Formats: sequence, structure tokens, C-alpha cells
Amino acid sequence: MTELPPYPPIEPSDFDLVIVGTGLPESILAAAASAAGKSVLHLDPNPFYGSHFASLLPDDLSSFLEKPRPSYPDPAAAPGGDDLATASVDLRSLYSDVEISSFAPETLEQHSRKFNLDLSGPRVLFCADKAIDAILRSGANQYVEFKSIDASLFYDKGGNLVNVPDSRAAIFKDKSLSLVEKNVLMKFFKRVQQHFSGDGESDRISEEDLASPFVEFLAKMRLPEKIKSVILYAIAMADYDQEDKEACKVVISTKEGMERLALHHSSVGRFANAVGALIYPIYGQGELAQAFCRRAAVKGCIYVLRMPVIALLIDKESGQYRGVRLGSGQDIFSRKLVLEPSFTVPSLRGSLPLNSLMENVQVKAKVARGICILTSSLRPDVSNFLIVYPPRSLYPEQVTSVRVLQIGANLAVCPSGMFVLYLSALCDEASEGKKILHSAINGLINLDDSKISESTSASTVQTEEARADPLLLWKALYIQELTAGQVETVSSTPMPDGSLGFNDALDATVKLFQTIYPHEPFFPETPTEDPEDDGALSVEM
Amino acid sequence: MHGRPRTAPKPEDAAASAAKAQKLRALQSQFLSYHHNRIYTKEALDASAKLLEVNPEYYTAWNYRKLAVEHRVKESDSSPESVKSVFDDELKVVENALRQNFKSYGAWYHRKWVLSKGHSSLDHELQLLDRFQKADSRNFHAWNYRRFVAALLGRSVEDELQYTEDLIGNNFSNYSAWHNRSMLLSEILKKKEQESSSQDIISKEYEFVLNALYTDPDDQSGWFYHLWLLDQTFKAKAPLLVSSWPVPGSDLVVSGNVSLADHPLSSFSEFAVALERFPVVLYFNQTVEGVNSSTVTIQSTFVQNEDVTWKPLSPQNSRASKVWVGYLDLSGVDHHSSASHTVEIKLGHHQGIMSSNGLQLSIPFDLSFTVSAKPLETQSSKEEKVAWEEDRFYACETHLQLAIPSLCYDGIAVENKYEPTTSDWQIGTIAEEISQIRNLLAISDSKIGKITLARLLMAHDAMSSPYATKTVHAEEVLGLYSELMKLDSSHSQYYRDERSLVLLQQLLSSREMLLRYCFCYGGITSSSTYGPICLRLNNQSISRMGSFDKLLWVQMLDLSDNELHSIEGLEAMQLLQCLNLGRNKLRSFTALDPLRYLKSLKVLSISHNEIGLHSIDTTRYSCSASPLSHNGEIIWSHDVFPPEDSDVTNYWEAFMVFKSLELTQLDIVGNAVTNEKFKSFLPKVLPKLQFLDGQNLHRI
Repeated sequence: MTELPPYPPIEPSDFDLVIVGTGLPESILAAAASAAGKSVLHLDPNPFYGSHFASLLPDDLSSFLEKPRPSYPDPAAAPGGDDLATASVDLRSLYSDVEISSFAPETLEQHSRKFNLDLSGPRVLFCADKAIDAILRSGANQYVEFKSIDASLFYDKGGNLVNVPDSRAAIFKDKSLSLVEKNVLMKFFKRVQQHFSGDGESDRISEEDLASPFVEFLAKMRLPEKIKSVILYAIAMADYDQEDKEACKVVISTKEGMERLALHHSSVGRFANAVGALIYPIYGQGELAQAFCRRAAVKGCIYVLRMPVIALLIDKESGQYRGVRLGSGQDIFSRKLVLEPSFTVPSLRGSLPLNSLMENVQVKAKVARGICILTSSLRPDVSNFLIVYPPRSLYPEQVTSVRVLQIGANLAVCPSGMFVLYLSALCDEASEGKKILHSAINGLINLDDSKISESTSASTVQTEEARADPLLLWKALYIQELTAGQVETVSSTPMPDGSLGFNDALDATVKLFQTIYPHEPFFPETPTEDPEDDGALSVEM
Repeated sequence: MHGRPRTAPKPEDAAASAAKAQKLRALQSQFLSYHHNRIYTKEALDASAKLLEVNPEYYTAWNYRKLAVEHRVKESDSSPESVKSVFDDELKVVENALRQNFKSYGAWYHRKWVLSKGHSSLDHELQLLDRFQKADSRNFHAWNYRRFVAALLGRSVEDELQYTEDLIGNNFSNYSAWHNRSMLLSEILKKKEQESSSQDIISKEYEFVLNALYTDPDDQSGWFYHLWLLDQTFKAKAPLLVSSWPVPGSDLVVSGNVSLADHPLSSFSEFAVALERFPVVLYFNQTVEGVNSSTVTIQSTFVQNEDVTWKPLSPQNSRASKVWVGYLDLSGVDHHSSASHTVEIKLGHHQGIMSSNGLQLSIPFDLSFTVSAKPLETQSSKEEKVAWEEDRFYACETHLQLAIPSLCYDGIAVENKYEPTTSDWQIGTIAEEISQIRNLLAISDSKIGKITLARLLMAHDAMSSPYATKTVHAEEVLGLYSELMKLDSSHSQYYRDERSLVLLQQLLSSREMLLRYCFCYGGITSSSTYGPICLRLNNQSISRMGSFDKLLWVQMLDLSDNELHSIEGLEAMQLLQCLNLGRNKLRSFTALDPLRYLKSLKVLSISHNEIGLHSIDTTRYSCSASPLSHNGEIIWSHDVFPPEDSDVTNYWEAFMVFKSLELTQLDIVGNAVTNEKFKSFLPKVLPKLQFLDGQNLHRI
């Protein structure tokens, strides 16, 4: 990376906005600013789009996680001008405890080009996600296609994987709920709906209740333990054990819980071909960032990959930000600068008050992430599904939920016949996070083992190939830091958060955009020039 | 489409549709000229295709295309390929038309026609259907067509059943899918020879539909399916005779043609009929047909079987009825001898009496009773009107105990040693459903759940005893209907009616209960005999009459101070002589239509009702006796009533009811219709009328 290819100088050299990093928040920002008529230069030191939101080949993923970033030559050696000083840009590593094991290098080698592994998995889109709205409003929907996540499963107290009854139809079809439980759950869903759509005062849930912890409200509604747990962890996607006041770092309020339920409910049935609430982009999540970049490019944004920023240009007199010095040596001037979270500017830090973009993020916490490549699906009937392990379902000390997403080859993330498993859990310490993920992985493989032996003993004529144990070909475990992002003249975007969707990341991005450009609309309505493609999202069957 | 509000057209839409109409008219006239000249060229076909694409409802164009197809096939080289291409063109036209309006009758019909010719591939059809059923899952055209295509393709019933299960799984409010499921299951059930396998299927369906009922008790689709299942559980019930008059084993005393007030009932366990001929009434548990002198045989010394004509007692002029009546002529009985004559009636020994679903009355019933004449007493000529005042009725318990034989009650059951036909599975199923619905109602307030429970409980009681003398759950059911009347005021009349029927069942549930409502009219007369027995069901908040099978013997009935708006079914009470319907909610003379069948009726009170108060007579639409319908047995008697009599046309409904009656006393005061003109009309239609609103007409 030190040997940079010679680049022709960028023309012009003066922009409204320079963005470094092509993660999803940065890409959306680039598209939004370009759509608002700003001149934008979008850079990425990496040879691929997506930064921390990228989808990569196994080897590229390993090197992205493991390799320390090159430090750049002291920029002071080439001063930019008489009135300008330079401030160095540091790179920090946001990943630690990276543990990568390959169990079948030859097999992987054969298909080495056929993987698209998400760096920030497991992550999916809710159909009513704000990210979907941004995709539709920006016109990025032309560049990305989706498929439905077929099933949502929940690891219940009895150690069984059961379907999450998250909609009217799912409750009806559910095999594990009793009739009374079905009635109680549906009644609660109707209550939620009434809260949002009803006009009478009696329909609304009282302010007092809305401010109370969601777990208490659920208890007040006399929901049985089992249903409470499903709602909290598999629908509202709570991370921490809501019942344990000491261990629970983030208590979900009733208001927030209701909003998450509403997001779930409005997601079900939004798109005709989506079977549930969740969809996933074909070729991996990295496609999303790319789609916004393409959209930005259409609107005039200039893209340069493999181009690091080595220093900031600072006005000597005022101390104000003026521009950046690129790895190519060229100086670029701009009013505003947005950096992806790997970059820090030591001299700026501390001197300016931080204006955090994400209130929800527990910056002190970390996310443990895991990726497994399997030879067969964990479930015989579905290939794309989500599993939630609520807190304490794996072992008593487990205080956070684990979410597991299996994506199959039909989403073009791996060669056909293989499956990719993503896992994540919040943790305070790396060891704790690793323990949770290990336990979940072992549980899944073991669980499936026992199942297979049962079914084969029952009917030995089953084709062996279809019933083969899922073998682990490749595994990556790593700990990712959480950063909240900040807004100033030099702003930074947040790291991928620990949630399953994009809602929080989108909120942060909108906030960032509105702080930088308070008078510009974030993707004005009716952006499509092409009447053929008026805002439809392509969800494949 | 369902549940989608219509938007008012904007002015620019109106202009656009005018322009469209203009274009359409031009196209249409061009098309018609092609049609009339039998031109089937490509331009002509294109014109019709274009026309149909704009307006798929244009039947003429579809018919033209059928002619064109025939023409083209004849002209073609008749190779399979060219014939197929002719038909494929049609399929394309239909598809385009359906895209315009997927509920076009003409288009779907044309498609069926094309496919039934058998030249086209069917592979595409299910896909097409999927698309239309996705666009509107309750498009019944698509569902009809699906059944048609499934039959053509030879798709198995099981596959189609799975399809409905999938659609119901996606959205269990899809009533059409439930309906198709019931159609398919009927087919499967018909094929099952073993009863137990049918029972398994039905039990599984109960389990399936309970998921819908519990998940969303307010959704009606599942409840309708549940109702269908209940129907399947109890269907195929053979008809039974549940009640008759005379009661088997009774001894009838015929006392000749005397006025009611004048003939006291002399003694015990005897029924008196003041008639020269008397009715035999057969009351079945369901509508039957085929009651005639070959299916019912009568043996007696005074009447020939062939002389008895059986008539269905049903206001609709149908050949089927729950109640049948035959009149025995008493002219052969010697009124001066007290010898008793035995009458034996046998039915069910031969096939022929059958229910609407084709099941035969298979359990034979034998009724026998005796008839004897009572010597005529000296006829007093005093004319006394019947007064319905409270002090005229006496509780003569000991007398009534003896006068009303217990045979009234379970006479038929005892006589025929009736064995219940309901199976353990049926009783188990209904008990299970009762407990499931009770559990549901304990956690959810559901109107339709309540009414289902009420029906289940009544069915349960009826099943334990087909003669419905046990009403274990009556109190609970009455409570449910009372709740429903409050919860669902827009249907309160229906609940009130259902409640009345249950209430009547309860009031008449045993002989002991019945006796509480029986009184002697006039008390003990001078000759230490008793006046006629009157059943008084007054002031019971009854809005609808029922339980007629228990009341066939009643000659005097007081239903005053109730909420009756209909007296449907009353025609079964062939012995009725005195009837008080005062202070009810009867709204029209057409509501009194059942009275036309009561040939014995002499005294009638319909005072203080609402006849004539409401300008729109809703009964009229469901009753036969109106000048617009021709099924009423209208017998013109030109001598008495020339049809041009303006009163007849003005009071047509009153005329239709009263002309067949021979009332001697009528109270009609307190109705909006009553005025001097009307009152002067009544004696004309009722020549035997003696008392009108308490006034003795003959003394004026």
C-alpha cells in the first residue's frame, strides 16, 4: 500500500465536501449531498467499496481485520503553503482478538472468488427500515436487489428452536404456541397497532407507561413468560437481559419497544415477495454502500479508491480546517470533511467538543462478531434464516443476546452448496464475547448433530448427501469497537453498531447530514428521473 | 377488491372518460358492422380484441370471437398447430381483457370456453391464476376458474387442499380459501367409506380452524368455516317424526259442532274437537316431502285411507314442510252412539318420506288413538264473546293434571322406544368445541364466539334428546343472548328472536313446567265441568314463537303483551280456536299470513299492534300473499267480492288473511290501520263475524 500507483491529479481541487471511507453512512451522505447539489469528492484508501460495511472475499476480510494500517510519511515534510499548517491523521484499529481458522484450505481455494462475506454481519434490512426509505428516495434501488429471509427462529427455554410468531399469519401457523398463547399474543399486537393508529385517547398507551421499562409494561399486560421473551429478544431485538437490572446496560423503554414492534409489523407484508419482515441484498450488504455510491456518482460525485488521506490542512491563523492532503501528494480543499471512524486527527481531538451522533451506542461496549462457512444448511427446510439466542439461554452468565444469520448461496454470498453463518453479541470484554460466540456455534452444530442422527435412524433410506453434517470450512471471530461518530467541521461516521438492522445507522447519518447542511432536504421526494422505475424495491422470490 | 374505499372522480377524470366513451362508441360501431357482415379478417379480429381490451364486459364481442374461432378453424388447414394457434390468440385476448378487469364475467367465461375445446396447453393457467389470486385473493372468478382448471388438469384434491392451506396460512381472513377448502373436503368426505376416517378428517379441521378463532376471534372467516364443520358433524341426520296430533294412545271425544263458549270440557284425558272433521298433524324434525296416502296409511272404520289428502303446512307454496296435516271426515261417525272407533296411522314402513338431502324416514312410527262421539247436548243459543281479562282464567291444577295427558310430552318417544342416533364421536366433538369456545370467551370478548357457543349448547341439548325436552344449558344460552343484545344492538332483533325460541323451549321443557302456564277459561261452570284450557304465554318478552311441536293440542292461546313481530310456524297449531295476539309488535297483515291455515280459528285479537303504522312492509318480501305473487292459493269468489270492489284492493293484505277464516270475534282496536272505513269493510270479508272490538254486530 505504500507503493501507490501514480494518479492523475484530481480536477477541480476545491469541493464542498470531502468524504473519506465508503461505508454505508459515508455513501449515503455522499449521495444525499450530491443530490442536494453539493460538489463531493469521495475517497477510500481501500481498493473496495464499503469500508466497515463491505462484503469481502475470505482472504481480503482477514487482511482487513488483521493487518495494521500503514502509517503515512510525516506530512510536515511537504508543507502546503504559507498560511496552511498540516495536522497528521492517525489510523486506529477498531478490530481486535481476530481469530481466523481455515479447516479446508483447498476447498476454499477452489472457490476463492465466489464469496461475499459481510464485515459487519449479521445484518439485514427490515422492510420498513429507514434505510429502505433512503434507498427508494435516493434512487439507489436501481442498483440493488433483495431476497427475503425465510424464517426467524428463537431458542426457547426448553432448548428448542421455534419459529418467531411475529405476525398474524405466523401466530396462526405456529406449532409451539398454545391456543390461549396465540390469543394473548395477537391481542397484544393489536394493542400496539391501536396505540399507533388509534385516534382516541384511550387507544394511546399512557405517557407513564411509555416511559417505563418495556419489560415491566409486558408484565403489566400479563403476557406469559415465553411470549414476553419472544417479544423482547426476537422482535424488539433487545441486547441485554431486561429482567436483570444489574447486568442490563441498555433498558428498552416501552416507547422504544413499541417502536421496534411497529417497525417489525409494518415490515411484514410491505413487499409482495417478502415472506417475513426481513430482506437481505443479493451479493451481500456491501452492495448497499455501492448502490448509494453509484447514485452519488450519477449526481456528480467524484470517486477515487485506493486513495488515503495523509494529513489535514489547517489555516494557521484561525486553526480552521481547509482541506486534505492525499496519499498522492495532492492538496484538496473543501468546506467540510467527513472521515470514516478508523481515522482520527489527534490535534483536533480534545480541542473541540464532541457532538456524538449515536446516543444509543454504549461506546464502552464492544461487538463480538463471527463468520462461519458451512458445507450444508443448519436447517433442512430453509437456507436463509435468523436465530436469536436470548440472554442466559446458552449458559447462566450470558447477559447479552446472540443473533445468528445464515445466508445461502442463493443470495450469491458463497459458492452453491455452501452457507455462511454470521453471529454477533455485545460484550464488555473480548473473552466474554468470544465465549458467547463459541458457545452458540457449538450449540448449533451439536444441536444439528443430534437432530440428524435422529432423523437418519428413523429413515435410513434418506439420501446421505442431503443429510450430511454441516462441516465447518472456515471460521473468523473478532471483536469490533463501537464508535458513536461526531459532528464538527471535521466529522466522523459511526462504526457498524451491534443491532440487526440499519435504523440507528440511518438516524446518525441523517443527523450528520442535517448538521452539515441544515437547509438542505435529505433526499427530496420524487428523485427518480426514470418513470419506469418509480420507487419499487426489487425483492426476488 | 375488498376494504378499499372508492374515491370520488375528479373533473378531469370525467372529461377523460367522456373522451374514452367517444372512442369506444366509434370502435363499437365499427365492430358491429364487421359482426353483422360476418367479416372475420385480421382487421376485424383486431378491432374486437381492442374493444374487449377496453371493455371486457361487452358480451357481443366475446360471442363474435367465438363465431370467428369457428370460422377460422374451418378455414384453416386443420393441422393441430394451426388450430392451436387460433385458440392461443383467444387466450391472449382474454388475458389482456383480464388485465383490464380481472372480474369480467365475459372474459373468464370465454377462457373456459377456449380451454374446454381442448386445443390449448394448460401449463400456463395455474401461473396466471396465481397472479390474479395474488392481486385479489378473494376474486371468486379466479377461484371458480381454478376449480375448473384443476379438474381439467386432473390435479388431486389433496394438492388443491394444500393450496388452500398455504393461502390460509398467508392470511386466514381469506374467506374464499376457506370456502374452497370446504368444497374440496366435501369431495373427500363423500369418497370416504369408513365413517371413522371422515371423523378423523373433520377432527383435524376443527384443530386447524381453532388456530384462527383463537388468534383473531373478531375475524369472521374462521367462524364461518367452523359453522360449516359443525354442519358436517351433524349432517346426514334422517328425518324423524317428533310430534303428532292426536297423541298416540289418546281417546278423543267429538262433541259436534258447537260454539266454544258453549261446550265445556266434560272429563279427563279427553280432547274435544268441535268439528265435523278433524285434523291429524304430523310434525317432523326437519322439512320433508312425500307425505301422502301411500307413505302414510290410515286404518279405521269410518274413513278410507285414500280419502285423506295430506297437505304441507308451509306459507311458501312448496311441496316440502316440517308439518303436514290430513283431515279425517267424521261424517261416518254416529253422533248418538258413544262407541269408540280406533284409528291407526302407520308411517315409515315404506320409503317415500324424505328430507331435502334425500334421506328417508326409516324409523317406522305407529300412532293409534280412538275417536268417540259425544251425544249432542241441547244447544244453547246464547252468544257469548270470549273475554281475555285476567279474572276469566283460573288455575285449576288438579283438573289440568288430569286433562293434559303426559302423553303430550314424550308420547312419541315412549311409544316408539326411540334410540338416540347421535354417536359418541358427535357428542364428544360438540363437548370439545363447547369447552374450546368457553375457554376462548374467558380471555376474549367475541360476539361471534358467544353466538357460536349459544348454538353449540343448544345443539348439545338437542342431541342428548331429539325431542328437546331437556334444556340443561337453557339458562346459560339465555344469558348469552341477553349479553349479545346489549353488545350488538344492530342485530338485537335476531338475538331477541333466538332468545325467545330458547325461552319457549325452557318454558315448555316438561309437563310440570307447561302446567304452570295452563289455565281454565271461565273456571268451573255451573254444571261442575270445566271451561276450555288456555295456554297463557303472555307477558314473557317473546319476540318469536317456537316449540310448536309441543303445542299441537292447544285450542286457546294467549300470547298477548309480548314482542312478537312474526307468527311464523303458528300454522302448525291446527286446533287453535281462540288466539290472543294483543299488544305485540306485529306490523302488517302479511305478518299474519300463517293464520290463513288455521281453519278452526274463531276468535282472534290483534288489538294494539303496529299494523298500518309503518309505511314499508318488510314482511311482504318474504311472504306469498301479495298481489304480486302468484303462489298463494287465491280463490276468487265473484259473488261476494267482485274484484273491482275498491275496499278489496285497498285492504288487499287484510283481505288475503281474513277471506279464508270464519272468525266470529275479532279485536283490532289500537292499530294504525283501524278506522271506520276499515271496520265497515271487515264484516264484508268475515260474514260470520259477530263481535268486532267488543261490539255485537248483530245487535246493531
